[in-house]
Amino acid sequence: MEKANTVKILKFYPEKCDGGKACERACSQVHFKSDEGGEKSAIRIIKDGNSFKMHVCDQRGLCIDMCPVGALSRRKNGVVWLDKNTCIGCQACVGFCPIGAMRKSKARIEPFKCISCGACVRACPNGALELVEVKIDEIKDVVYHKQGAE
Amino acid sequence: MTEGQIAVEEYKTGNTKHKWDLKKIKSAHRVVAEYSYKKGKIERGFANRTLYVNLSTGQIKEKKVTEDMKKKFTGGRGFGLKLMWDSIKHSTRWDSEENDLVITTGPLCGITQYPGSGKSLCLSVSPATDIICDCNVGGFFGPYLKFAGFDAIEIQGKAKHDVVIIIDGEKGKIIIETAPLEETNSHLVNEQLTHIYASEDNDKSRQKISVVSAGKGAENSYWGCLNFSFYDIRRKVPRMKQAGRGGLGTVLRDKNIKAIVAKVDNFDGVSNNPADPVKLAEVGTKIHREIRDLDRYQCNMRAVGTGHLVEIMDEYDLLPCENYRFGSFPKSSKIYSPKFYEFFTKIIPDGCWHGCTMACAKTVDGFEVMTGPYKGQKVTVDGPEYETIAACANMSIWDPKWVLEFNFYCDTYGIDTISTGTAMAFYMEMYEYGILNKKRCNGLELSFGNHEAVLEFMHRMAKKDKAEFIQIASKGIRRVKDWLIKKGWGDPQLIEDCGMESKGLEYSEYVTKESLAMQGGYGLTLKGPQHDEAWLIFMDMVNNAIPTFQDKAEALHYFPMWRTWFGLNGLCKLPWNDIEPANNAETDEPAKVPEHVQNYVDIQNAVTGWNIDKEELILQSERCYNWQRAMNVWMGRGTRKDDWIPYRSMGPVTEMEYLSRKERYDKQLIEKLGLTKKQVEQMNTREKMKSLYDYRRDQYHKLADAVYYRRGWTPNGIPTPQKIKKLGFQDSKMIQMLQKKIDEDQKKGLNVWGGKYSKNEKPPSINPNYWEKW
Repeated sequence: MEKANTVKILKFYPEKCDGGKACERACSQVHFKSDEGGEKSAIRIIKDGNSFKMHVCDQRGLCIDMCPVGALSRRKNGVVWLDKNTCIGCQACVGFCPIGAMRKSKARIEPFKCISCGACVRACPNGALELVEVKIDEIKDVVYHKQGAE
Repeated sequence: MTEGQIAVEEYKTGNTKHKWDLKKIKSAHRVVAEYSYKKGKIERGFANRTLYVNLSTGQIKEKKVTEDMKKKFTGGRGFGLKLMWDSIKHSTRWDSEENDLVITTGPLCGITQYPGSGKSLCLSVSPATDIICDCNVGGFFGPYLKFAGFDAIEIQGKAKHDVVIIIDGEKGKIIIETAPLEETNSHLVNEQLTHIYASEDNDKSRQKISVVSAGKGAENSYWGCLNFSFYDIRRKVPRMKQAGRGGLGTVLRDKNIKAIVAKVDNFDGVSNNPADPVKLAEVGTKIHREIRDLDRYQCNMRAVGTGHLVEIMDEYDLLPCENYRFGSFPKSSKIYSPKFYEFFTKIIPDGCWHGCTMACAKTVDGFEVMTGPYKGQKVTVDGPEYETIAACANMSIWDPKWVLEFNFYCDTYGIDTISTGTAMAFYMEMYEYGILNKKRCNGLELSFGNHEAVLEFMHRMAKKDKAEFIQIASKGIRRVKDWLIKKGWGDPQLIEDCGMESKGLEYSEYVTKESLAMQGGYGLTLKGPQHDEAWLIFMDMVNNAIPTFQDKAEALHYFPMWRTWFGLNGLCKLPWNDIEPANNAETDEPAKVPEHVQNYVDIQNAVTGWNIDKEELILQSERCYNWQRAMNVWMGRGTRKDDWIPYRSMGPVTEMEYLSRKERYDKQLIEKLGLTKKQVEQMNTREKMKSLYDYRRDQYHKLADAVYYRRGWTPNGIPTPQKIKKLGFQDSKMIQMLQKKIDEDQKKGLNVWGGKYSKNEKPPSINPNYWEKW
């Protein structure tokens, strides 16, 4: 299988964000066919003083090795993908994500995450989001396995 | 292999590939019996029916699970006890036609959100103890049995020829087929059957099969274990976990069952249909995070599994070395966990059920077998776990490769590493004393450390070698003790004191000499000396947190009840206290891990929709615990005599042992027995040993007094009818049986406290028949 060397991840320009959360609504539309945003959105915009922060998966892929049924894999485009039909809802990936970007909504047992589809980028009226290409080797992260504390 | 993020398909184990004609093997099957059932929905953790199979008659039927059964027995092991009570007789023995082999699940079994939730509980009358033995085991079988539609499977009778029992949850069928051509040894038969019964030729389909089997060692010993498979999609092998204790694999083979296969359709994270899946995921995620953040600073389970205990036990003088004579050994660092870490395949989810992030199940892939029928082949070895490594310490085997070899053959031959190791260690000690020798051992030089002789013994046993020693030694320590004494080959007391068995079952791998509470944890048990009821050594010996008999009795009430609860629900004990919240030490009762107790209350409520609290949780166990003890009494055991333990587990049997820890024991003669320093100086070692011997045996009796009292039992260890009624049971057959037994004890003068109480000491109650006033 051809392996991806790069992956697109989201870049955020806080100075352009007005906190309107059109991105979240677009995202929940992708994952849950709902305009609610919030807990049904893989991207979250959080107020940070006078500015805003983005919280979203950075495609590092630590979760891939956590999945007992092989539901998580890196696709041809480099995106870390959760196959909902294979997933058995154990939440191991949710619990082990070091940045809490593998999300779980109350709506269903299987988690969900950013798939770099760009729906949020297109939805933002201010151009505060962009998909940028990065090298996988530079962002890749592996679940700890070393003996003893690191 | 260590860089991670390798696609599932790309993992390689380097194992030897087998070329079997699976079509030929399958076509040799002949259907003996078949039964179709309507697939139902699991409701809040229960399938609400159990499966009954009679191999003698070919009868297959469903039994309903009633609300009353849930109320009294909760599930899992409790259901097993209920089914056996209804099916067996007081005279049933392991090889009786009517002996049951029961595999049960429990309401929480099969949830994926909380670590350690895939356990099966197996019960049968044990060849080692003649009473019911219960074993807790991982692997996929339990969850699949439930997803296929049953809370338990109960097997009575014996097949005429080797059979496989197939529980096909995809088609809703139970089929019994003859299986003449399959291998018997587990690592092979599990792989063959996984391939034969998978719906499609891919790993996803193979992962939906779980096989239970036992190998040739199980056929020819009392140490047979049940191997439960779980297919590993990365390694592409069915790995296995063992229901090890008490010879349940021996029962499986006695029934001529080659294997039991469970197969499921699709399932997901809510196949248990829990009352509150949101809460379940919330609590589960919380503990996954705890493991992520803290395991590497606590037990390091994710890296090395339970093997991390070896170095700790060695440091605290608790690692059994040379048949429990010593608690540490100069060579022991050779088998510390870092040595095995070098062999383990890393960065693979190692849980024995989905979602177990504690992931203690380690493997060594591509291990080249050094002896026996599979010499030269490369295989996956599951483990070794602490018990297996420590069993090797007991035999004085200090080479990790031979630990792996021992581990591999015990598993595939279907024998318990604990019983095998503990028994071999006893034989080795007898060999050292000349009570056994090469001739008496049919050519085997069973000296400590002779790993080749151990493997040779196992191979000969698996080949049904008829030599006298092989035949008797493979039936365990109790039978060998009787044999040695009958032959007049040694001092009977020495033989009794050295052989580490109680109730006929071999000890698991901890030295208990300096912890009275833990001696009780091994002896005052239901099935025999296994640490699954209580592990109190640190609390008692290191922290001195339970100094009085009353304190110890309270611990020997609470912890056995608490730990029994895991078995009622289909859970693993490890995620309870092998990971602890960061602030656990600051809580009121750190030994109980209060936050995790609350987790368990929450997840049982979240699955079943019940509304229990932590007290009700203990009550669930108390019902089943007392019921099992009462069944032991019914079967002619379950008394003080049966709870006795060998002196090796209480103190130094030999002069060498005394002298090796002389300072400790001399100090105790002064501090605990009240002798003066001068008196101790004037005594020779034999005299000192005798004083300690009498003292420690009396201490054990006093502990038994306190524990029986706390549990509401007679001074002879019989659960009182009053207690049984208090727990909500009305079964008149059981209640009358107990009363009759107590009346008999009264006539024999057995309803009296066992300890010798001096003027300053008090027995638990002045009236030994205290319960009559309830």
